[in-house]
Amino acid sequence: MRFDTVIIGGGLAGMVCGIRLAEAGQRCAIVSQGQSALHFSSGSFDLLSKLPDGEAVADPIAGMAALEKMAPEHPYALIGAEACESYARQAPLILQETGISVVGDCRKNHYRVTPMGKEKATWLTIDGYLTAEDSGQLPFKKVCILNVEGFLDFYPEFIAEEFRKQEVVCHFATINLPDLEHIRKNPSEMRSANIARVFDHEDNLAALAAKIHALAADHEAVILPAVIGINRSDAFEVLKSSVTIPLYLLPTLPPSIPGIKAQQALQRRFRSLGGEYFLGDTVLTAESEEGRVKEVFTVNHGDEPFRADHFVLATGSFFSKGLIATPDSIREPVFGADTLFNPSRADWYTLHFFDRQNYQAFGVKTDRRLRVLRGGSAVDNLYCAGAGLAGFHPIQDGCGAGVSLLSALYVADQILKEKRS
Amino acid sequence: MNIQQNSVSENNFEQCIKCTICTVYCPVAAVNPNYPGPKQAGPDGERLRLKQPDFFDSALKYCLNCKRCEVACPSNVRIGDIIQMARIKYGPQKNTSLRNYVLANTDLVGSLATPFAPLVNTAVALKPVRFMMDKVMAIDHRRVFPKYSHGTFTSWYKRHAAAAQAAFPKQVSFFHGCYVNYNNPQLGKDLIRIMNALGYGVQLLEKEKCCGVALISNGLYKQAKRQAETNLGSIRKAVTNDGLDVITTSSTCTFTIRDEYPHLLNLQNDDVRDRIELATRYLYRLIQSGEVSWKFRDAQPLRVAYHTPCHMEKMGWAYYSIELLRMIPGVEVTVLDSQCCGIAGTYGFKKENYATSQAIGAPLFRQIEESGVDVVATDCETCKWQIEMSTSKPCLHPLSILASRLELTK
Repeated sequence: MRFDTVIIGGGLAGMVCGIRLAEAGQRCAIVSQGQSALHFSSGSFDLLSKLPDGEAVADPIAGMAALEKMAPEHPYALIGAEACESYARQAPLILQETGISVVGDCRKNHYRVTPMGKEKATWLTIDGYLTAEDSGQLPFKKVCILNVEGFLDFYPEFIAEEFRKQEVVCHFATINLPDLEHIRKNPSEMRSANIARVFDHEDNLAALAAKIHALAADHEAVILPAVIGINRSDAFEVLKSSVTIPLYLLPTLPPSIPGIKAQQALQRRFRSLGGEYFLGDTVLTAESEEGRVKEVFTVNHGDEPFRADHFVLATGSFFSKGLIATPDSIREPVFGADTLFNPSRADWYTLHFFDRQNYQAFGVKTDRRLRVLRGGSAVDNLYCAGAGLAGFHPIQDGCGAGVSLLSALYVADQILKEKRS
Repeated sequence: MNIQQNSVSENNFEQCIKCTICTVYCPVAAVNPNYPGPKQAGPDGERLRLKQPDFFDSALKYCLNCKRCEVACPSNVRIGDIIQMARIKYGPQKNTSLRNYVLANTDLVGSLATPFAPLVNTAVALKPVRFMMDKVMAIDHRRVFPKYSHGTFTSWYKRHAAAAQAAFPKQVSFFHGCYVNYNNPQLGKDLIRIMNALGYGVQLLEKEKCCGVALISNGLYKQAKRQAETNLGSIRKAVTNDGLDVITTSSTCTFTIRDEYPHLLNLQNDDVRDRIELATRYLYRLIQSGEVSWKFRDAQPLRVAYHTPCHMEKMGWAYYSIELLRMIPGVEVTVLDSQCCGIAGTYGFKKENYATSQAIGAPLFRQIEESGVDVVATDCETCKWQIEMSTSKPCLHPLSILASRLELTK
């Protein structure tokens, strides 16, 4: 098989890179080992929430200038603050075109609310979710948190505990329907996806609207777990238009319904641009010739190679096996790329789970063009994008999705530039 | 208890982190609340079954073995295999259902039906007959039966094709499967015409039995294993003695021989697995290699929608069939969303599954109706039956479309 570019990994970085290249007329293939971490999405995309020294960031673009000095190996530092800003302005447009409607500004973080009710600074949030312009400014003073009876992955009490710190009066309500009873036959399967399917049905959505309507008189707003609309995109809109009270979604524990929708929208967009998406396959080996990757081989396709002019490594971090930890090193399994890690394993982590863990910044070494280093020198036509990159703390610094989106767009530009020259 | 022996770690069982992504993509869990979903039926249930086989849940029979859970799993857990192995290890060990025996024994039923095909086809289309089959055998009366061919592919081949094949400079071996043999010999003939046009003679295996997929799904494991051994024996002869590749036209036969034999029936096939290929992939690779080329005589516009069968999705090979269709002048290909059509072999024939089967397929049927295409193409025979029964479109094998437009003169 022959393509212009083969992207290994079908998560946020791989998909966005593929979409950008396909938009420019390239024939691309994405090889993905199962569904991606978007299925665990909070519904928000972080760009930069904190600097490595712990200082909160209000304006991510301004923060990047400080970051460049503090963490020169950070992907944003490699890309450069100026280019970062340009990609940060393009990214929401690409998401919008794909059908993922987001709000947010790269010059000013807003606040999202976690499944535990905590506020977190973020960049873009998918439509429908509860957000606040500033910390401590929830858009209501009296709210009802409506849960699905028996739903295991949403915790109104925790949320209320946090809200009450902001003097918000919280009430609880639950909804139960015959179809929900039906899925409760398997109590362990009272999960977001199964519940969302119930609310895809017109009758059940109407029953939910009626329930919300009954709560309207005593509250300023109603909070729902984000379990609305898995196989249809209009469910939340329909619900909102059939009640008079403001409705807000809060993220649930995984799987994330808006995350699933986002993943599917990206896949559809990529395919509609002529992209080939190979799901459930694993790249095993690569063949190189004169410092360039020539072809890669996968489990499903055996000796039929994926040949391309350019390759993008977007296999992610440890969870997706883009990086593998051995007792004394960090390995990138497909190309044997150079990796950044502390030589002594004792320095990899601390025993306090929520600490800044060094292993989170381990990853693939690249040059400033994000070309993968192997044996100390850059491979000509092999780029790295997304969570597998070295030098950043996605959770502590609130920059995981930003690194994926910006590095994906940057890499796509590098490939297109090389193509032109 | 020998923990090692009873563990299913070869299925990557311990890699499951309970993320539930598999259940999101399970076509059955989406429509049938009696099925606990792949996570619960697979790795979760397996933890319990390893302690005590009584934890086996008979609801595992609702799994249609589409393997879409495995395709979706980010951790490479062979969820579908865990479920099927649980059925084999802990499920009912004896088949007591006449219905399942009849549905599973495609060779036997096919051999009995083909000599009287006109009669059989008329009979199973009659309402009273279908009513009887529903009541007596629990085969749903709404299910439209595939037509049997009057005479088998193999008998046609021996009489009309075998002699001419030896003359070709290159040779390939063909595992025709039950569908070509008993229902649609024309597809086998189409394959022979295409291969002949490219300079390849087509040989049959010394001995071929049904690949066994229906036997496995209906609990007739011993018979499945016997037939698999026969098939592997013949395939080894073709590959090792005669140096031939073995090609098939059915995606499910291909998948079963390559992957279900070692995973579910514990029959090693490493020595020949890479030589068993889907015909569309084999053709794609031949054309790409530049060793052969073809000419088309017809470039009439034809709008084709390709449907990716579940086992094709699992193999990841839909690309080859789609690319092959795209090579045909005049053919405009739309790729349908990859989703289960609901029939899953014999599953959709069963009365207790009929509603589930049609509910699973509903979004696909809708997409087909809205696509505005002339014809649907797919590599799976049971998907074809389901699509033709449930939509207004005809459904053809990609090779039949190819053969109808290829310049066949030497």
